[in-house]
Amino acid sequence: MPDYNLRLIIPEIFLFLWALFIIAFDLGTKRKNPKLIGYLTMGGIAATAVLLYLYHGGISFNNMFKSDPLALFFKVIFLGSAFMAVGSSFDIIAQKIKNHRGEFFGLVLFSTVGMMFLASAGELISLYIGLELTTIPLFILAAYYKDDRISVEAGLKYMVIGAFSSAILLYGLSLLYGLSGTTDIVMMKINLALLYLNTNGIGWALLMAIVMVLAGIGFKLALVPFHMWAPDVYQGAPTPITALLSVGSKAAGVVAFMRIFIDGLYGFADAVMFPLDWGNIVAVLAAAAMILGNISALRQKNIKRMLAYSSIAQIGYVMVGMVAVSELGVGSVGYYMFIYLFANMGAFAVATIFNDNTGSDSIASYAGLSKSSPMISAFMAIFLLSLAGIPPLAGFAAKFFVFAAGIQAGYTWLVILALLTAVVSLYYYANVIKMMYFAPDNPTIKLNTPLSANIVLIIGVAGLIIFGVYPEPILNFALDTARVFGF
Amino acid sequence: MDFPILTYMIFIPLFGFIAVMFLPKEKHTLIRWASAFFSFIPMILSFYLTYIYYFNYSGSADMVFVEGPFSWIAPIKAHYYLGADGISVPMLFLTGLLSFLSILASFNITNRVKEYFSFFLLLESGMIGVFCALDFFLFYVFWEVMLVPMYFLIGVWGGPRKEYAAIKFFLYTLFGSIFMLVAILILYFTSDPHTLNMLELIQTTPGVMGHSLQLLCFAFLFVAFAIKVPVWPFHTWLPDAHVEAPTAVSVILAGVLLKMGTYGMLRISWPMFPEATRFFAVPIAILGLIAIIYGALVSMAQKDLKKLVAYSSVSHMGYCMLALGAYSSVTAISGCMFQMFSHGLITGALFLLVGVLYDRAHTREIAAFGGLGSKLPVFTGLMVLFSMAALGLPGMSGFVSEFMVFIGAFTAPAPDLMIITALAVLGVVLTAAYMLRMVQRVFLGEFNSEKWSGLTEINVREVLTVAPLALLTILIGVYPSPLTNIMKATLENLVNLMAR
Repeated sequence: MPDYNLRLIIPEIFLFLWALFIIAFDLGTKRKNPKLIGYLTMGGIAATAVLLYLYHGGISFNNMFKSDPLALFFKVIFLGSAFMAVGSSFDIIAQKIKNHRGEFFGLVLFSTVGMMFLASAGELISLYIGLELTTIPLFILAAYYKDDRISVEAGLKYMVIGAFSSAILLYGLSLLYGLSGTTDIVMMKINLALLYLNTNGIGWALLMAIVMVLAGIGFKLALVPFHMWAPDVYQGAPTPITALLSVGSKAAGVVAFMRIFIDGLYGFADAVMFPLDWGNIVAVLAAAAMILGNISALRQKNIKRMLAYSSIAQIGYVMVGMVAVSELGVGSVGYYMFIYLFANMGAFAVATIFNDNTGSDSIASYAGLSKSSPMISAFMAIFLLSLAGIPPLAGFAAKFFVFAAGIQAGYTWLVILALLTAVVSLYYYANVIKMMYFAPDNPTIKLNTPLSANIVLIIGVAGLIIFGVYPEPILNFALDTARVFGF
Repeated sequence: MDFPILTYMIFIPLFGFIAVMFLPKEKHTLIRWASAFFSFIPMILSFYLTYIYYFNYSGSADMVFVEGPFSWIAPIKAHYYLGADGISVPMLFLTGLLSFLSILASFNITNRVKEYFSFFLLLESGMIGVFCALDFFLFYVFWEVMLVPMYFLIGVWGGPRKEYAAIKFFLYTLFGSIFMLVAILILYFTSDPHTLNMLELIQTTPGVMGHSLQLLCFAFLFVAFAIKVPVWPFHTWLPDAHVEAPTAVSVILAGVLLKMGTYGMLRISWPMFPEATRFFAVPIAILGLIAIIYGALVSMAQKDLKKLVAYSSVSHMGYCMLALGAYSSVTAISGCMFQMFSHGLITGALFLLVGVLYDRAHTREIAAFGGLGSKLPVFTGLMVLFSMAALGLPGMSGFVSEFMVFIGAFTAPAPDLMIITALAVLGVVLTAAYMLRMVQRVFLGEFNSEKWSGLTEINVREVLTVAPLALLTILIGVYPSPLTNIMKATLENLVNLMAR
C-alpha cells in the first residue's frame, strides 16, 4: 500500500490554489485593484512559507516526493525570489500591464510551484515535470510586454531554447533510465555502481547521458557554453521576471543538478573515473563561465545585460562549490544561492525602480543618482559590492565558503582562477557605483518607490549585512542539507 | 582583562559611522564635531593602551589585552579573537593619533560632508581591526573592509583624476588580497586540526607544511602585503592614489595603510614561514634597495609637491624591506618598526602641510613657488622641520630608524647583506638631495609678491594638527628608548621564531 502522505505537499497545493485565486480575483474585480492583488500575492507567498514550516520532513508518493532539508532550503530561496520579484513589480503592473495583471502574478506563482516540486523530486520523471512547470510560465512572462519587440523576442528565444534544452535533458534522462533500469535517483545510484563494477566500466552510454543532462541543466543555469540566450532574454523580459529567472529559476537548476549529479552520479565525480569524471568536466565549464561572464560584462552599457553576464559568472562560482562534491561543497552552494537571492534580487529591484521612473536601463543614466536618491544608491552599492564579494557583506562569506570547498577538494587552480576573475568583476560592479557617486553631472532624477519595492530593498540589504556579519545560522542550515547525500 | 579595550577601539568608530549617517545632512558643524568625538575616544584609548603596555607588559612577548577566541562561524572555525603585542601597540597608537588629526584636518571639506566623515570613521574602524585581529578570517575581513571607504574617499573627494586613481587602488589591492585568501585557505586545510588562529598557525605551520608549499604560501602572502607597502615593482597605484586623494586621506594612506603591509609581514609571513623567509631574504632586501634608490630618484624628478612626498614614501618603505631582509637581527627588525612609526609621523605631517599650501595656492607645482619663507614663516618652519626629519637629520626620528636599519642589516648574522646595505646608504644622500632642493625652490629665493600676495599664514587648527606630530618626531628622535622598549621583547621573540 503506497503511502501518499499528502500532508507534505500542502504548501504546494496551497500555492497552486492561491495562484488560481489571484487570477480569479483579478477577473472578478474587473482588474481595478492592481495593488491589492500584488499584496495578496505576497501574502500568499508568505503563507506558503508558514505552511512549509509546519509541514515538512519526510517522504511521500513512494519516494517520488522528498521533503528533506535540501528541498526545504531551496524552497525558501524560491519563495524568497518570488516574493521579491512580485514586490518589485508593482509599478510595472500599474503602468505597463493594463490587462492580465492577475495572470502575471498567477504565472509567477505557478512557476514557483514548479520549482518547489522540482526541489523535492526524488526521481527523474517528477524532476523533469517540475522543471517544465518552472520554465513554461516563464516563457510567457518573458514576453509579457507584448507590444515591445524586444520582450516578445526574449520570450520566443527563451521558449525555443528552453524546449530544445528540455528535449536534450529528456534524452539524457532516458539514457540514465536505460542504464540503471530505474527512475528513482537513489536506486539509480546503486544500480549504476553495480553496473560499473560488473561491466568493468560502463562505457560511452553513460558519458553521453552525463553530457546531455549537463547540457539540459546547463541551459537552465545559463552555464557556459549554454548561456547564449541569457543576455537577450534578460534584457527583453520585464525586469522583475529577469530577476526571477536569474535567481529562482537558477536555484531550481542548481537543485536539479544536485539531485542528479551529486546524488545520482555521486561515484563518478572523481578523476579516476575518466572519461566519466563529471567533476572535471564541470570544473572546466565553471572556469569558462567565470572568464567569459566576467569579461563580457565589462563592456556592457545596459544594466540588465551587465547583470545577465554577471549572473553567468556567478553560476561559475557556484559550480566551484559543486564540483567539490563534499559536505562543505553542498553547504557552500546552498549558502551562495541564498545570499545571491538578496544581492541579485536587490540589484534588479533597483534597476526596476530606476526604469519605472526614468524609462532607461543604460548604466550611464545612473550618473549622479547618489545626490538625488542617496538611499537607493547606497542600497545599490551594497548589492553590487556584495556580488563582487567585498566583506563584511554576505557575498564575501559566500565566496569564502565556496572557495574553501574548492581548495579542500583539491581544485586549487579553479579557485585561483575564480579569485582572479572576481577582481575583474569588481571593475564593472564598481563602474555603476562610480556613475552613481563620482559622476559630476547631476540630472536630479528623483526616484519614487512604492512601499512594496522598499520592503524588497530593505529585505535585501538587511539580509546581506546580517548574514555577512553572522553567517552561522544559514551556513549551518545549508550544511544540514548536505546530510541528504550522506557525506 | 576586564575592559575590552580593543573591541571599544574598533566599534566606537563603527558606531560613529552609523550615527553620523543618521545626522541631518545640512548640519555640517555638528557632523564634524561628532566625527571628531568618535575618533577622539579611540585615540585616547590608544594612548591609554600604550601607557598600560609600556609600564606593565613591555618586558614580555605575550599577547595582552586578549579578547576571545569567541566562536564566530563555527563550521569554518572562524573566531572573534583580538590581542595586542609590541608590534601592534605602536601601530594602534599611530592609527588612533593620525585618524583623529586627519579628521581635524578635514574640517574644511564642504562637499557631501556627512558621507565624507562617516566613510572616514568606517575606515578607522577597519584599520584598528587589522592591527589587533588574531584570527585569519577576522584579519581578512578588516583588511578588505577598508577598501570600500577608501575607494569612496578617493573617488568622490579626490583630485582631477580621482576616478582612475580610486578604481586603480581598489583593483590593485583586491588583486593582492585574493592571493592572501588562497594562502589562508591552504593554511587552514593544511593545519590539523584545521584552524584560522594565527598564533596557533605560527606555532604549527613550520612543522606540518612541506617546503615548497611554504614557499608558495609565503609568496602569495608576500604579494598581498607587498602591494600594500608598496614594494617596487608593485608601487604603481601609490602615486595615483596619494596624489588624487584629499589631504587627510593621503595622510591615512601613507601613515597607516602602508604600514599594514609591513605589519602583515611581521605578524604573519615571517614567523609563520621561517624557511621561506630565509629562502627569500636576499631577494627581499634587494627589492628594498631598489625601492630606496628608485623612489629617491623618482622623487627628485617630481614637479608636483605631493607627488614628491608620495614617491618619498616608496623610498622610505624600502628601508623597512631592507630591514625585513635582515631577519636574524633584532636591531634591523626594530629599525623596521621604528621606521614604520616614524614614517607615519613624518609623511603624515608632510601631506598635511602640502594640503595646507594647496588649499591656499590651489597649485602644488614646485616651480610656481619661491621665497615663501619670508611670507609664511611658521608654515616654512614646520615644513623645513619635517623635511629635515624625512632626510634623517640626527635628533629626529627618521635618523634613529635609518641608523638602526643600517647597523642591523650590516651586522646581521644571516643573510650577508653588507654590500646591499652599503649601497642602500646612498639613499640617504639622494633623500637629502631631493628634500633640500624642494626646500630651496619653494621656501628660499625671491618671493613672487604679485602672484602670492594673497597667501595667508597657516591657521591655528592646522598648526594643531601637525604640532603633535612634530613633538613626537623630535621626542623619539632625541629619546628613542620608550618606543624601542615597547617592541623589544616581542621582536626578540619574533627573531627566535624565525630561527626555527
